[in-house]
Amino acid sequence: MGILEVKDVGKRFGGLQALSDVQLNVAENTCHAIIGPNGAGKSTLLNCLIGKLIPDSGSVMFDGQSVLGRTPFEICQMGISRVFQTPEIFGDLTVLENMMIPIFAKRDGSFEMNGISSVFSQKDVLEDAEKMLEDMNMADKRHMHAASMSRGDKRRLEIGMCLSQNPRLLLLDEPTAGMARADTNNTIDLLKEIKAERDITIAIIEHDMHVVFSLADRITVLAQGTPLVEDSPENIKGHPKVREAYLGESA
Amino acid sequence: MDAIILQILNGLDKGSAYALIALGLTLIFGTLGVVNFAHGALFMIGAFCAVTLSRLFNLSHKVAVPGETDFLGNPLMRDQPYLYDIFGEATGAALIDWAVPLAILFSIPIMLFVGWAMERGLIKHFYKRPHADQILVTFGLAIVMQEIIKYYYGANPIPTPAPAAFTGSFDFGAMLGLDPNQIIYPYWRLVYFAFATVIIGAVFAFLQFTTFGMVVRAGMADRETVGLLGINIDKRFTIMFGIAAAVAGLAGVMYAPINSPNYHMGMDFLVLSFVVVVVGGMGSLPGAVLAGFLLGILESFASMSAVIDLIPGINQIIIYLVAIIILLTRPRGLMGRKGVMED
Amino acid sequence: MFGLEKKDAKLLLIVAALVFFAPFLLNPFPSDSGMAQFNAGYPDLMQRFVIFGIFAIGFNILFGLTGYLSFGHAAFLGVGSYSAVWMFKLLSMNVVPAIILAVIVSGLFAIVIGYVSLRRSGIYFSILTLAFAQMSFALAYSVLTPITGGETGLQLALNDPRILGAAQTADGNIPVPGIFGLEMRSTAELAVGPWEFVFNVGYYFSGILMLASFYLAIRIFRSPFGMMLRAVKSNQQRMSYTGLNPKPYTLAAFVISGMYAGLAGGLMAAMDPLAGAERMFWTASGEVVLMTILGGVGTLIGPVLGAGAIKYMENIISKINSDILHGWFAFLPDGLEDFVVAIIYPFIGKGWHLTLGIIFMLVVIFLPGGLVEGGQRIAKLFGKKKTNDAKDGAEAKTPAE
Repeated sequence: MGILEVKDVGKRFGGLQALSDVQLNVAENTCHAIIGPNGAGKSTLLNCLIGKLIPDSGSVMFDGQSVLGRTPFEICQMGISRVFQTPEIFGDLTVLENMMIPIFAKRDGSFEMNGISSVFSQKDVLEDAEKMLEDMNMADKRHMHAASMSRGDKRRLEIGMCLSQNPRLLLLDEPTAGMARADTNNTIDLLKEIKAERDITIAIIEHDMHVVFSLADRITVLAQGTPLVEDSPENIKGHPKVREAYLGESA
Repeated sequence: MDAIILQILNGLDKGSAYALIALGLTLIFGTLGVVNFAHGALFMIGAFCAVTLSRLFNLSHKVAVPGETDFLGNPLMRDQPYLYDIFGEATGAALIDWAVPLAILFSIPIMLFVGWAMERGLIKHFYKRPHADQILVTFGLAIVMQEIIKYYYGANPIPTPAPAAFTGSFDFGAMLGLDPNQIIYPYWRLVYFAFATVIIGAVFAFLQFTTFGMVVRAGMADRETVGLLGINIDKRFTIMFGIAAAVAGLAGVMYAPINSPNYHMGMDFLVLSFVVVVVGGMGSLPGAVLAGFLLGILESFASMSAVIDLIPGINQIIIYLVAIIILLTRPRGLMGRKGVMED
Repeated sequence: MFGLEKKDAKLLLIVAALVFFAPFLLNPFPSDSGMAQFNAGYPDLMQRFVIFGIFAIGFNILFGLTGYLSFGHAAFLGVGSYSAVWMFKLLSMNVVPAIILAVIVSGLFAIVIGYVSLRRSGIYFSILTLAFAQMSFALAYSVLTPITGGETGLQLALNDPRILGAAQTADGNIPVPGIFGLEMRSTAELAVGPWEFVFNVGYYFSGILMLASFYLAIRIFRSPFGMMLRAVKSNQQRMSYTGLNPKPYTLAAFVISGMYAGLAGGLMAAMDPLAGAERMFWTASGEVVLMTILGGVGTLIGPVLGAGAIKYMENIISKINSDILHGWFAFLPDGLEDFVVAIIYPFIGKGWHLTLGIIFMLVVIFLPGGLVEGGQRIAKLFGKKKTNDAKDGAEAKTPAE
């Protein structure tokens, strides 16, 4: 029994069959990578998991409950957090405020009309946010405008915001895309650390094989909207079909 | 039947004005990505071009009427337009009579200049700013433009007649073989509709059949790609802004006889034209034209006494009501492309 | 103090002092001097300052925090005025129930309009609100005449029921609005030498409500709710994927700001018990946008400053005429005097809208943070280390999308 079970999922855009018959089973507390060439349907699949798209067929179960038909914020409240390809943060707010918002969301739910008390009187939220910033090594940046940080720091903040909600499943959409080598390595280290220290399941979409093989416990290869093979990283490396469909192209 | 034809005809002139303004708004939005709240002011300036030319033509000096004296025995003086001196009385009078149509020629260079100055002086600095900023700055500009006009021309509407040949009405019903005296339609409104059709046709032909138009259309579809081809898209967009301004101005020139120009007519039309653009579909030129005529005609139908008796006040709110319904049920409008500012 | 951070409390105290001492501050010139025309300390104008201040503070809660630009906020102002006048007609001339009803009715109205309009964002939202406001205007002007008084506006009459008060005064006149017997229009005058100061009940009543509104706005700005509203403006996608539903937050902001507008509308009726449809016209909506931007959108004090500046210009600049200008420039040689007057003349008197339009454009282009940003820049210029000036309301001062 995996924490995330995708069964027979299909999605069509006009004449394009983006996904067909997708099966995916992510076991709890593992890191599962989804790889595949451009246009294989990785992002479409991810969007189906978080409520941005609704598949035409099939089911998506998270921890025994269906996520289909739920809005993104409901799915997040169930315990799925998502990191985007370009870091999505609250650019106009300070780093500390960025970190407090998800903690408020975790504590108060999707809507809470708390219009009178000061933000800074919420000691519990403030403490959690400060602690998370320290964990992320960002405490010194707490009063910076989030938009003015480097891309690597934005990514770090975004991951921190997701983790502050203690999600059971963390979805990463090409977390190192467009990053310099050093930032990529930092991100890998951060994710390794998270994996080691927390009870968390990670599903990651990634082009960079270095990242994939550093992190993944299981790998699913997607090609033309359908899973080609699912196996351990060692076996994937040597798999002839994968070499042909994917690694052959990029290597 | 008569009533329906009459209402369609009645809707045409207002619909033409909506369509022309909305066309310009869409051109500007589609090419430059700018929401121009000063577009109504361009329409208003066009109308005042007609007023200005008519006033210029009427500039006169005193001359004595031969053989007549006033009660003091002095020669009787009367005003004689300078045009009479230059072209003779018959031609001069004809020119004065035809001031409004002639203002088309007069207004084109003015409108192109105003459009060019606006784009180079102001709008280009706002390409990368948020839409809210564009709305705000062009809103400020609209206030400035209308206040300048108010300063020089006063706050009252200025009657600007059409040429005498077009001032009457004709019996459209009788022409169609229906009962006479049922569908009486002023000539000038028909002229306005024909004029609008020609302008709209010209704009579409220009976009369809010239290289310039092709580049602009490509730019509307995907600005970045066209920019990458090394085509100087910005210069073309400046010209496009001038053309959009000219279209609005021409719509205003010819509208002067229908509705005496006043300084706030632009704002009155702007609010409705924006609604038209939204109903037609942001960024869709055919949508803007279609929605302009549709809403003009719809408005005129809603003004029928039978309809008003049924739903009081419907004539006042019909356009807004349609806009609200369209926006909620089909956010991209009648003919809008998917994904253009849909959220 | 008052549950506020120190700098916010300081700001509140400064504003309170300004409101209470406004009759002195706004009348700095002796009443017999040539400058007396620049005195703004008369009841009618002072009332406008604070009432439009309330309107702008409320508008800023929506536009400044969430970035949703409503172009139809005057609808709520109008609804508030109509409600208040109806209360005067039916219940009594006491302003308290009138204002309470104004706030409630405009709040309900805002729920309906907001629920529909907020299904879209960006320019579509602006146009939807504009469409709703224009619809309200058109209806108030025509079909709803029995409720709104149509073209003439809604006025009090001698035969109104006024079940809790007198239908007419002892001498057969229509009674005037008051608060538990104290008339809004009653005024005390104080003459100190050549200076004259006027203290008006209506002004102080509105002023206290303005302070209360301002205080509430500070609390909202600093609260988790206010932070969520800024999150709406900053990144709605991230908000959804953080488990937050942006819709109710935005709707709540819309309704709150609609209620502020209703309060302002109710107060306008309380100062002068009539209400007309033109109060809902889109130019009135445009005016509050101008005030907020001019003062500084997203800042606490900005909207109040903007409302004050625009109302001052409207009342004072519009009164300057060419005689006064000639008086000022009389020291110049004749030809030059006429020339200078001719240059300035279009911008004053009836032309004050031109001045307003130009100032507004300049602010949008060069000073997106409005007067508040201007003040901060000047403060910086003089090297004062007060960049965290109390005026700085929200952290984010970037102009709103």
